[in-house]
Amino acid sequence: MNSQAGKFKPGDRVTVKLEDRPGHIRTPWYIRGKTGWIERVYGDFLNPESLAYGRDGLPKRTLYLVAFNQADVWDRTAGPTDKVLVDIYEHWLDRTQ
Amino acid sequence: MARGHHDIGGLPGAGAIDQSEHQLSDWEILADAVNQALGARGIKRTDEMRRAREEMDSETYRDMTYYERWIASIETILIEKKILTKDEIDRRLGEFEKEWGEP
Repeated sequence: MNSQAGKFKPGDRVTVKLEDRPGHIRTPWYIRGKTGWIERVYGDFLNPESLAYGRDGLPKRTLYLVAFNQADVWDRTAGPTDKVLVDIYEHWLDRTQ
Repeated sequence: MARGHHDIGGLPGAGAIDQSEHQLSDWEILADAVNQALGARGIKRTDEMRRAREEMDSETYRDMTYYERWIASIETILIEKKILTKDEIDRRLGEFEKEWGEP
């Protein structure tokens, strides 16, 4: 897996796009619009939004493990240091200062 | 915005997760085998199967068990790719029901 292509690096703050559109989407509803940080860069993968319709999945998309403070995601949080970890493709993320 | 019937993470009222061990039925194991065989032959991809489940009628989706959804999405993809027709599947189903009784 090529991990060079992604535009984000671990620690970068990102906000998940608050988008809704038809089609196969891997970004869970509950995390859209939330702000967190890049925990890990997995590498580049065929795009499932394209593969889902029998297409070739190109261009590949960089996939990240993105971390969020649980308190920023759920109303009811188990503890102040708990995190939510979600796999999110780059085209669903915006850089946040 | 409309949330998909499959995308239920974080919805309140779901209750506790049943973590008890349970035995798979033969037909569930068969559904898994058919799914894997179609994947190995390059006929379908996991993302297509997921998309087929997401596009199902919501009430039907919620009424189905896990492997019933698998079978329904395999059927959708095979028809979509013109490998089987709905008629062929229904005819075969009719034959099985005649032999074994309705499920």
